[in-house]
Amino acid sequence: MVLGAAAERALWLGDHSVCLYGQHLVKLCHTFPSWVVSVLGSVSVLGDRSCPGGRRFFLPTPGQCPWQGGSGGESWAGADLGLPAGSQGATRKYKVWMRHRYRSCLNRLQELLVHPSFEVKELALSTFMKFVQLEGAHPLEKPKWDGYYLFPRQLLKAVVEGLLSPEDDCSLLLARFREYLEHDDIRYHTMQAATDTVGRVTDRHPEVPLTFWNNAFTLLSSVSLPRQERGISSFYVKHGELPRTWKVVHLKEHRKAFQGMWLGFLKHKLPLSLYKKVLVIMHDSILPHLAQPSLMIDFLTRAYDVGGAISLLALNGLFILIHQHNLEYPDFYRKLYGLLDPSVFHVKYRARFFHLADLFLSSSHLPAYLVAAFAKRLSRLALTAPPEALLMVLPFICDLLRRHPACRVLVHRPLGPELDADPYDPEEEDPAKSRALESSLWELQALQRHYHPEVSQAASVINQALSVPEVSIAPLLELTAFEVFERDLKKKGQGSVPLEFIPARGLLGQQDDFCAQHFTLS
Amino acid sequence: MGKARPAAARKRGAVAPAGAQGGRARPNPNPFEVKVNRQKFPVLGRKARHAVGQPGVSRARAVHKRTQTLLKEYKERDKSNVFTDKRYGEYSSTMSPEEKMMKRFALEQQRQHEKKSIYNLNEDEELTHYGQSLADIEKHNDIVDSDSDTEERGTLSAELTAAHFGGGGGLLHKKTPQQQGEEGGKPRSRRELIEELIAKSKQEKRERQAQREGALELTEKLDQDWKEIQTLLAHRTPKSENKDKKERPKPDAYDMMVRELGFEMKAQPSDRMKSEEELAKEEQERLQQLEAARLRRMHGEDEGSEARKPKHLSADDLNDGFVLDKDDRRLLSYMDGKMSIEEEQSREAGDGESEEEQGEDLSEEDPENSSDPDGHSDLESDMDSEEDCGWPSGEPRQAPGEGTTSIGHRAREAARNQLPYTFAAPESYEELKSLLSGRTREEQLVVVERIQTCNHPSLAVGNKAKLEKLFGFLLEYIGDLATDDPPNLQVIDKLVVQLYNLCQMFPDSASDSIKFVLRDAMHEMEGAVEARGRAAFPGLDVLVYLKIAGMLFPTSDLRHPVVTPALVCMSQLLTKCPVLSLQDVVKGLFVCCVFLDYVSLSRRFIPELVNFLLGILYIASPNKRGRSYTLVHPFRASGKNSELLVVSDEEDKATWQRRGLSLHWACGLKAQNKTEANHTRLSCLAVCLALVKGCAQFYSSLPSFYAIVRPLRALLMEHLAGRGHPPELQELCQSALANLEEPEPRCRPLVCAKSKPEPLKLFTPRLVKVLEFGRKQGSSKEEQERRRLIHKHKREFKGAVREIRRDNQFLARMQLSETLERDAERKRKVKQLFNSLATQEGEWKALKRKKFKK
Repeated sequence: MVLGAAAERALWLGDHSVCLYGQHLVKLCHTFPSWVVSVLGSVSVLGDRSCPGGRRFFLPTPGQCPWQGGSGGESWAGADLGLPAGSQGATRKYKVWMRHRYRSCLNRLQELLVHPSFEVKELALSTFMKFVQLEGAHPLEKPKWDGYYLFPRQLLKAVVEGLLSPEDDCSLLLARFREYLEHDDIRYHTMQAATDTVGRVTDRHPEVPLTFWNNAFTLLSSVSLPRQERGISSFYVKHGELPRTWKVVHLKEHRKAFQGMWLGFLKHKLPLSLYKKVLVIMHDSILPHLAQPSLMIDFLTRAYDVGGAISLLALNGLFILIHQHNLEYPDFYRKLYGLLDPSVFHVKYRARFFHLADLFLSSSHLPAYLVAAFAKRLSRLALTAPPEALLMVLPFICDLLRRHPACRVLVHRPLGPELDADPYDPEEEDPAKSRALESSLWELQALQRHYHPEVSQAASVINQALSVPEVSIAPLLELTAFEVFERDLKKKGQGSVPLEFIPARGLLGQQDDFCAQHFTLS
Repeated sequence: MGKARPAAARKRGAVAPAGAQGGRARPNPNPFEVKVNRQKFPVLGRKARHAVGQPGVSRARAVHKRTQTLLKEYKERDKSNVFTDKRYGEYSSTMSPEEKMMKRFALEQQRQHEKKSIYNLNEDEELTHYGQSLADIEKHNDIVDSDSDTEERGTLSAELTAAHFGGGGGLLHKKTPQQQGEEGGKPRSRRELIEELIAKSKQEKRERQAQREGALELTEKLDQDWKEIQTLLAHRTPKSENKDKKERPKPDAYDMMVRELGFEMKAQPSDRMKSEEELAKEEQERLQQLEAARLRRMHGEDEGSEARKPKHLSADDLNDGFVLDKDDRRLLSYMDGKMSIEEEQSREAGDGESEEEQGEDLSEEDPENSSDPDGHSDLESDMDSEEDCGWPSGEPRQAPGEGTTSIGHRAREAARNQLPYTFAAPESYEELKSLLSGRTREEQLVVVERIQTCNHPSLAVGNKAKLEKLFGFLLEYIGDLATDDPPNLQVIDKLVVQLYNLCQMFPDSASDSIKFVLRDAMHEMEGAVEARGRAAFPGLDVLVYLKIAGMLFPTSDLRHPVVTPALVCMSQLLTKCPVLSLQDVVKGLFVCCVFLDYVSLSRRFIPELVNFLLGILYIASPNKRGRSYTLVHPFRASGKNSELLVVSDEEDKATWQRRGLSLHWACGLKAQNKTEANHTRLSCLAVCLALVKGCAQFYSSLPSFYAIVRPLRALLMEHLAGRGHPPELQELCQSALANLEEPEPRCRPLVCAKSKPEPLKLFTPRLVKVLEFGRKQGSSKEEQERRRLIHKHKREFKGAVREIRRDNQFLARMQLSETLERDAERKRKVKQLFNSLATQEGEWKALKRKKFKK
């Protein structure tokens, strides 16, 4: 009782001591779950008598507990203990009061969820989830029929709303919340609550702040569905048996909820950074779990049209839709061709892009002009690429030529006329009109004079007739400059190290070099 | 008992059949004794070793052998006395009886001779050699007359041989006509002739002897004369060499002197100084050779071809790439008419100016060091130590490796009074730093020089490692100097020379050190890139390291253990580091310069460089409108840094003068006022334009030059169109553009090299090596050897067992025959007894009958 009073007082205290008391309270909740249960139990209508023993266990002397008794006609406590009928009114009153206290306690906890101190927030969250568990086990209202599924939806919704705060960055709290998402029921209801919340927030604010989007994305991306139906068995709120009539136990329902959540999220105009994040996880953690993946087409098309790195990332999702869900995408290759610009060699997603490009261009049914245009474009771009990218893209181009023998004229045109200029038009957006087939890969010839020996070696492949087996570029995709550097360092030359024979005369001693011409020591 | 003997018996047996086959040539042995082992199948390539055998013969041989050995032993089994025949060669099978006899006779003779003189104590036999007492000869101990001896001994006089040839018969016939004139045709007898001959040869001999004695006397006299003069010489010789070395008193002067003289004589030929022209010519030859080697490395021809240099050039071989340096070498030796080794040595010893790179060889080949420093002769070691370590007490000697820059020389002169002369090589970087800190530029140089000199690898064993470490420490020190604020670039400038010298001495460890610092820089950058996606430009130290690496190692090699990583490192600097400030621009431009210097000989293509210059031009361009170019990674088309180099102040533009950029800008030098900053901006732009021009010149021969420089050209046009630059920059723009606008060479379509036609598949049978039959295959060599030994052991063991069994059988047979013999004897004796008894009885009976008859 003393504890209960202290706790309730704490919830009403001012801000100055809330931190201290809040922690105190939450600790209390954790150390004395019995008390929480008793509070909850006192305010709940206890329809089932399945656990009286458990309840009685919490109560030292039943006679001293004023909150016992039921609101309904058949109060087991009263009947059992034979209390006078007049006390029923008092009990009821007490229960109503208790329920008010509980409600206000929840309100207070919700406020604490946005407290500046992370410890408070975290404890508030865990208290909330404790309440969710207990309320789920002992519902506040009576089930309408036997086996009716009751879940404290409002409570969870409050939690989700607190998590998706438009003002604060809740990523740490969300990381904590991720633990609860392991449970199937929590996950299911969170998805529903998140859909609601996102919808409501975007309706309310004309200009949605970035933090909200980030929070929402963190929450959404931490939801991961199980792959198989029978995976759904771990429930946060313990139930005896799981009737098949409940929606929660079906993976299909989960998928529907998942799809609703993502579609509801993605239909809004997202900031660009978020686009990237969504697209990065699109292909392996969103698309496979959707009930109807083709619904993603709108989003992906929009992303593909944005341009730059986002387009590169959207490729992956589009590829899955085209490949597995029979999507028809007009001008796909033309757009892919348009994506090739000097930045593809410098972006972070280079490996992913070239992996996909390799996939797209692996078909032997592509027309020769298209492949030639790609090869020419890539080799033109290679003139600006760093060595690690060159080591990957040169075999890539050679592979293209190997796959499509019709394109070998690019490197071998024995009877061709001498030209005044390169007929290839780099500005042309349509690969069909770029006249790549009339050109030759002079760029590769230029790269044979590249400063890095391996690059020049890779470019020299075209001097000979191309060998038949293709070279897999997979191991080269992730090659970084640092790896190239380490490899060069470790390479052992034969004999001793060759030395410069012109003696040094100082840092800028040589008169004819650029450094000495343009820089001075003082 | 059986084991050793049968083995020996077998051995002898193995010899015997060979002798039997080879010696006794029996063309057709008794056909009844031949046993033929019929082969079921004839197998090609298999040797049939036991196709035909002669069991009877071999058994007889075995029995014979056993009777010779085993039976003998058996018979002597209970006897303790042994009869040994000690006659010479009695048991030797290799000597024929005649030889044995001869030898025995000789031995007997010898024994008799010894016996004769054994009691003759007074006999003093004098040993002679060609009639002279050996004792006399030994006294003189001279070798002068060896020539005449050999002549006499080896070749007989022509006359003598001619006379004796053909048993002396020719003597008669040939001499006759000669002597007919002298003695009036009176033919002399053969005996007379021979006597005459003998007399003549004796006379010759006497004459020669007399001559020799005369020579001996003369020598003796000469020796005495020499002894008289010697004392005079002993005082004079050191005087003549006073310049080179100091006189020191010698107790036993003569031996020393002789050896010393011999030593001097040997060393003399290298003393001649070379004339200027010769030196210049040599230097030129050497540079030519080095240049040829550099070109080979640049084209990557050395890769893998080191081992297979053409040993033999056929007549129609057109590949004449390697002939060049061979010619060089021959020319070199021919021109000077001297031994090439000698030249090298003198060059190393004599040249101070530019021969530092030979320093590595110095430790092995330098004549003054080649005589080992801890030799036994005190004289030599004294001389050595005086020469090598002499300078601490006297003049500071000029190290062979140090440059003779006038500054260094003067610095040494000035600092000599304050600085100690010897420095221990620093064991750690802190030590070096404490040695160098607080000293002036010149003093630091002198200290480093002296450390090098004191620890020259030829002086002590551990010095090489110490100096190798010194290189690393110096590098670190340079890095520290470069990161100081303000950087001490002047000291770095001088230390670079020292680094170069050390690098020439220890290329491997130097390359390791450089690699180490480069790896450090790259690690740092890699970490930053992984954490934030980009990295800041590193400090000036990394840039200086890159520059130094380019000076120490040949940058034009196709693949070089240090230069290639350095190139990758610079590529990273230009692609991963965004340009955020004026300082970054200066650093980037410096990297560009170094990069371009690296490829200035090989003219290799650097995409990053073009990109970076494009970006610099972009951020210097005041009005951007063209869209005919795209910027690549570290630069962005828009943003707060996109107008970093734009100068809008007209007055600053007017006052700007083109000057070299100071490297201090690269390490956080802040501009005092806006004008200075603006001037620096304009200087950066000027450098950038010059680099563009350099690029254009380098790459104009590249096949797709036009495509490479297209964006640069577009931007330059913008710059020109803006007309916002000072006139000098405008001019620079113009000339760069003119270089870029060079008419594009006609595009010739690419053609692959013709590959060899693939030969048709032929159905020739596959040839498999036929391995020896019966050998266990499919195992390693050791295993095979082991198996072979096991097999051999088994066979030997079986053979031994068989031999023992046969021995036993033989013995049993012998015993049986002995028993039988004994029995038969006994029977015979009994019979004899009976016979005699019967006879006796018969006689007695007859007697008795006679009696009765009587």
